[in-house]
Amino acid sequence: MLRNKQRVKLRRWLEWWRTCNLPSMFALTGRQILGATLLTSTEWPLWEIFIRSQHGLAHKHVGSLHAPDAEMAMRNARDVYTRRNEGTSIWAVKSSDITASSPGEKDSLFEPANSKIYRHPTFYEVPEEIKHI
Amino acid sequence: MYAQLVETGVARLRNLEEMGAEERAFQERIDAGVKIEAKDWMPEPYRKTLIRQISQHAHSEIVGMLPEGNWITRAPTLQRKAILLAKVQDEAGHGLYLYSAAETLNISRDQMFADLHSGKSKYSSIFNYPTLTWADIGAIGWLVDGSAIINQIPICRCSYGPYARAMVRICKEESFHQRQGFDIMLRLCRGTVEQKAMAQDALNRWWWPSLMMHGPRDDASTNSAQSMQWKIKLFSNDELRQKFIDQTVPQGEYLGLAFPDPHLQWNETRGHYDYGEPDWDEFWNVVKGNGPCNRERLRARVKAFDEGQWVREAATAYAEKQAARQAEKVA
Repeated sequence: MLRNKQRVKLRRWLEWWRTCNLPSMFALTGRQILGATLLTSTEWPLWEIFIRSQHGLAHKHVGSLHAPDAEMAMRNARDVYTRRNEGTSIWAVKSSDITASSPGEKDSLFEPANSKIYRHPTFYEVPEEIKHI
Repeated sequence: MYAQLVETGVARLRNLEEMGAEERAFQERIDAGVKIEAKDWMPEPYRKTLIRQISQHAHSEIVGMLPEGNWITRAPTLQRKAILLAKVQDEAGHGLYLYSAAETLNISRDQMFADLHSGKSKYSSIFNYPTLTWADIGAIGWLVDGSAIINQIPICRCSYGPYARAMVRICKEESFHQRQGFDIMLRLCRGTVEQKAMAQDALNRWWWPSLMMHGPRDDASTNSAQSMQWKIKLFSNDELRQKFIDQTVPQGEYLGLAFPDPHLQWNETRGHYDYGEPDWDEFWNVVKGNGPCNRERLRARVKAFDEGQWVREAATAYAEKQAARQAEKVA
């Protein structure tokens, strides 16, 4: 993808290009030039959708969708994931902005917790006479 | 399910001893009921088979909107129009959930569309039959969605996480589809003589194609064994077909309709209905592209995609313009 400054430069160049009066058979739209030379895919970016359900729970991942920008991601999420009052709030996050752990890291990340059983209340034996603890 | 005849590319099942270390670990995870996730290692044939199965399923949801969409403006009442509209919108949603699940296997949405449009990817044979009367919309909901539910519920437990999760959402929404179909049939059967005849005619035409939805007979289903080892198929075609028939026949009897199968009768010793053989020549013909509506369906899909091109481009151009303006403001 292009950096923003490059993008602005390109945009200005395209504006200049449009002012050139080319014979119609050679006239390309800015989009066609972008598509042909700079962007390998014209597919809309992928967004991950999170919905908070009715009962005050945390937002939960429900799936993904394609949309050209955040506003359209929100509208599409409404249509695709909340047709039956599933939610009271939507988050849309660009998939490319998510950092995920890899399956190979599973042991180093989660294994250390296995041996620390004293972190669970069931580790401690409470005498039967003791209540409310 | 809307996936029939999914090619696995595997000639012979291998047991654990014959597999390499990675593949054996993979198969043992599946055998233990652990879900495979997008980033996990998987054998190439598993990935490719899933892409074929999930994309075929997604295509079926999308193409499935065509025979019903025709009837939105023709539905007899405002309420029926609203219901059918909601159902067709659900089908679009189901297609989208499934395309997203397939995309986690490293295939782009555009590539899947291209494969559908070129005829490389298939969709379910059932959508190549025409919807001639309003009763057909009832029969589709009752029989076609009924068949689909029986096929789809087991897939909620399939080995691939993203596919299983998409199926859970779909199954939750699907039972409305079947009930609205049965409701149309019920209303017609309680109506005038002509209305009941219309319902009978729809059953006559949709019964056999609905049975074919479950795929060829087990002895002709060459890919089932591998798909079952991978747990992306949990019951055989004949098992699912039998279950569908056993559930549906009493419903048809309640409607007072006759099934177009002289061999259909309850078998006390088996505890199941016996039934006649579907016309498999017809099935293979439809699968090969020679059904009553194959060309029309594909043409409609390609036309919709091509005519939407400028909308997709305009939305992208607008997003780029906004991003550029934002960048200028920041700079």
